[in-house]
Amino acid sequence: MNIIEFKGITKKFGDFIANDKIDLTIKKGEIHCLLGENGAGKTTLMNNLFGLYNPEEGEIFLREKPCKIDNPHKAIELGLGMIHQHFMLIDRLTTTENIIVGEEPLKNGLVDMKKAREQVKQISDNYHLAVKTNEKIENISVGEQQRVEILKVLYRKAEILIFDEPTAVLTPQEVNNLFTTLRELKAGGKTIIFITHKLEETMNISDRVTVLRKGKVIGTVNTCDTSPKELARMMVGREVLLNVNKEKSDVGDNVLEVKDISLTGKHKNLLLKNINISIRKGEIVGIAGVSGNGQLELEECIAGLRKVTSGKIILDSEDITHAPTGIRRKRGLSHIPSDRLKRGLVPSYSLAKNIILGNQDSFTKNGFLLQNDINKYCKEVLEKFDVRCQSMNDTANNLSGGNQQKLVIGRELSTDPKFILAAQPTRGVDVGAIEFIHNNILEMRKQNKAILLISAELEELLSLADRILVIYEGEIVSKKNNYTKEELGLLMAGKKVPEEEKKELENRIQND
Amino acid sequence: MIKILKKYENSIYSLTAILLAFLVGAVLIHLSGFSVIKAYSTLFDGAFGSVFNLTQTFMNTIPLIFTGLAVAIGFKSGLFNIGGEGQMYLGAFTTAITAIYLGFLPGYILIPIALIMGGFAGSAWSFLPGYLKAKTGAHEVVTTIMMNYIGILTASYLLLKYFKEEGPIPQTVLIPESARLPELIEYSRLTWAIFIAVFVIIIIDIFFKRTKLGYKIQTVGENRSAAEYAGINSNKMMVLSMMISGFVAGLAGSTIVMGVLHRFITNFSPGYGFTGIAVAVLGKNKPWGVLFAAILFGALQTGGITMQLFAKIPMDLMVIIQGLVILFVAAPILIKKLLRK
Amino acid sequence: MQEILEVIFNINTFSAAIRISVPLVFAAIGGVFSERAGIINLGLEGMLLTGAFAGVLGSYLTGNPYIGILFAIMGGALIGFIFALFTIKFEANHVVAGVGLNILMLGITTWLMQILWDSRGTSVNVTGLSEITIPILSSIPILGKLFGSHNILAYLMFIVVIFSWIILFKTPFGLRLRVVGEYQKAADTLGIKIRKIQYTSLIFSGVLCGLGGAYLSLGHLNWFSMNMSAGRGYMALAANIFGGWNPLGAFGASYLFAYTDALQMRMQALNLNVPNEIIQMIPYILTILVLAGAMIRSRPPAGLGKHYKTNR
Repeated sequence: MNIIEFKGITKKFGDFIANDKIDLTIKKGEIHCLLGENGAGKTTLMNNLFGLYNPEEGEIFLREKPCKIDNPHKAIELGLGMIHQHFMLIDRLTTTENIIVGEEPLKNGLVDMKKAREQVKQISDNYHLAVKTNEKIENISVGEQQRVEILKVLYRKAEILIFDEPTAVLTPQEVNNLFTTLRELKAGGKTIIFITHKLEETMNISDRVTVLRKGKVIGTVNTCDTSPKELARMMVGREVLLNVNKEKSDVGDNVLEVKDISLTGKHKNLLLKNINISIRKGEIVGIAGVSGNGQLELEECIAGLRKVTSGKIILDSEDITHAPTGIRRKRGLSHIPSDRLKRGLVPSYSLAKNIILGNQDSFTKNGFLLQNDINKYCKEVLEKFDVRCQSMNDTANNLSGGNQQKLVIGRELSTDPKFILAAQPTRGVDVGAIEFIHNNILEMRKQNKAILLISAELEELLSLADRILVIYEGEIVSKKNNYTKEELGLLMAGKKVPEEEKKELENRIQND
Repeated sequence: MIKILKKYENSIYSLTAILLAFLVGAVLIHLSGFSVIKAYSTLFDGAFGSVFNLTQTFMNTIPLIFTGLAVAIGFKSGLFNIGGEGQMYLGAFTTAITAIYLGFLPGYILIPIALIMGGFAGSAWSFLPGYLKAKTGAHEVVTTIMMNYIGILTASYLLLKYFKEEGPIPQTVLIPESARLPELIEYSRLTWAIFIAVFVIIIIDIFFKRTKLGYKIQTVGENRSAAEYAGINSNKMMVLSMMISGFVAGLAGSTIVMGVLHRFITNFSPGYGFTGIAVAVLGKNKPWGVLFAAILFGALQTGGITMQLFAKIPMDLMVIIQGLVILFVAAPILIKKLLRK
Repeated sequence: MQEILEVIFNINTFSAAIRISVPLVFAAIGGVFSERAGIINLGLEGMLLTGAFAGVLGSYLTGNPYIGILFAIMGGALIGFIFALFTIKFEANHVVAGVGLNILMLGITTWLMQILWDSRGTSVNVTGLSEITIPILSSIPILGKLFGSHNILAYLMFIVVIFSWIILFKTPFGLRLRVVGEYQKAADTLGIKIRKIQYTSLIFSGVLCGLGGAYLSLGHLNWFSMNMSAGRGYMALAANIFGGWNPLGAFGASYLFAYTDALQMRMQALNLNVPNEIIQMIPYILTILVLAGAMIRSRPPAGLGKHYKTNR
């Protein structure tokens, strides 16, 4: 039976067409992957299904009947459930409260918390989704938070479960557990739609795959009849060879030294533990890790946005441990922040005003801004870094995500820095821009800059970095020059490398 | 066509908001049993009907320029300074005392000193809310309101205790002639203060468009995280912008003392500090926008008094229109919906 | 010194503080409901003023102060609804809209006072609320003095404090309301009717302020005067924050403010060497200090002040 059928669904945001006449059929009881790059329209399509968006055109058939799903309330009633990429959880409420809200069990008109906990416990036992029923969300791990999200959906008796990039925040171990759960759900008769951009996962878990590109359906195939290579071609539209030309560079003196820094959080918990990093001229050092393991904290500590609890940071032989961000920038720090909209840009400012952000002191004389110099410089940077815009008087929020990122990167690489802190430099940008950004980072390496690359993308790290450090729960758990993808995956999950390999590894580190 | 409309989008919204406010006001006037035409015609006549009325309108515009600018400057760093009233009182009081005690100085020295002292008094009064916001996050709206009460009480206390003129009225003695701003037209009480006001508008405009400090303050207001990322000390900028804001609000008091009252009197303000909020909101926090909004509300103030005197219609209509303008300007979606119809 | 201590610990100061606290408590709990639903409510001031005016109007028209209370409730509800319309439907900045509403209501109440009673200062006298003495309670020494004799609104206040706490923390509505205030999108994905909850809580907030306002005019003085709320709405907002966005905490904080106010009034009567203006400042200074202190450790609802756009 076709449990869901999309017929000619179109969704626009202003002039941008996010979904373009989508036709798609989901069969009852299958695991169906929606595969596509960032911005291909996968999540938008599912938001249409879940009643978060109303499409401009087209029809959705549920259980072979036309349905108008105009709000999530209705979607839930129809047996749909969605596990969102960004968890829809309330930090200061308990897991049980998060699960039952909206459909609370009652006793004398009040919420029956005892019964609620029992019900949650029962479902969690049924599906082997262990959660502590009386713990606040802010105190549990990301994996457990995801289980709460799944329980929310099951508590509402969903028959069709939509997972939006569920593995992005998980360790490989947790991914395996999730896949076990998915298979159990399927065995229990549930239908699963799985949004992802990862080929391996798709091959591993799905029965059928539909590939989306630029808002359009490229095709639907049975997983057993296809190959990763074919899927990749469908996804990107051309053969992809993430092949970067990395030339040898002359490694020089230490530029950045992070000496034994630790950071304690609000609840006296250690966020960073005795981290040591040293980066030399012409060297790219990578930090690998599943997001949420201290990368953001490390980034903030090095940039001076957060005070370290102990340890030292030395930039170009000067102690900058207690220096504010402005001073660090003057000493040669440049910073591509992991969240460009929160930190990297002022969305309401023109491009010209954004281009001097962080560098405002260099474009002033007697306290006045040098408008002509700024405009000239802005034009240069926009051209050199291929930022596509109508004019530099455009506001930054009118640019696409990729162009915004190029603007930030262009600005940070054009100040002749000594040290570049690049955090997730290609997050949420399309393939073309990724190549461009990678080449620019390598160009910096060639110019003898020291670069710290914090990234969640393994391929990016493996192709760019000279050395890789693996961070897990705020601690550097491993460092060496060459890793295989598998090794990295294991280390990121906090797995210790077997003894013999460890010895070999230690030898290699010593030989470095 | 659409491009032209886009360019003047803000102005069109503001104008519609004003029209809408007057429309709601008209309904209220009608329901209260007055003639709408009479009300608005006396209002207009009172504000613009004669040269004298015009001078009175401009006289009322001057403090509103200062208090409106003060609110706008606060907004630039993301802070809502509604303590203009208290800052203005302290400014007025300090200017009066300075002028009285330094009365031996010649005017060209005394006037600038008295002005600056008034400004500093306003700054001193706005420092604390800015500091507390930066350090603890205490909401500046609540703290500035409280500082208003404390400021007005402080000025009254100091006046009664140390500086009161003999007699029944709580006021200081007159400030010396040398400290009074010259009148543009005799007996109009419209003085050179108007040039001071326009000068301050120009300075503030340049400050935010062309200077590094202005850039930093605005960056904090637009995106605090980005400002900190760029090495801008956002706490410092917030305190600074509150102090500049207080300085300008203080000047409202100074110019009233030096141009109109020639002394400090308790309860002298008909709410200039609060009207300044409407002025800033309507002027979209832009210095030249503030000028036009201040003229509008100055006219309302002047016309309102005429309306009360000659048409016996309560002048609080003006306060109602202020409130409506703030609400309507704050809700562009409402205006958009109305315009589409 | 002896005199001051006597005033500080005098039972009459504590009992006067209960009376002074009533409008603050109502408004502060109004603030709790609004802010827990994610709406910054600076409009409390205007809502209190509306309640005070509507209460007197109702009593003036009918001679019955209880109908006055009904008017105050309806007036508060109406203003709560209008505030909701602007902040939710028209996506106005909450802070700006709140201040606009306060100025508007100051204008409207003063205007209507002149139309109805031909005076810009105060209204005519109307029948106020009489005190109800509870037979046995009033004869117990200390408790009798504190709780034995109040008007109906003061008693209602105690009920409201307790019921508000139950509504917020024990009922499905309360749980949903807190979810909405923390993260509107999460509430939306759970099928919770966000708008319905926000409108309800703002109207309820208005009703509570209406009651508080009615106490100001009908319970205290039996008339309305221009700008009668005199900043109490802002203090109530501070009390709501100091009380940790919790009805019980809001009650405690409001009582603290009221107590200093009672103290201030009694100290003025003592003819101390301290000038009256300085004594009058005490509640305002305390509000600032308490707010600054409370903000350091408090944690507002995560979604406070944010607009949520649905794409439907």
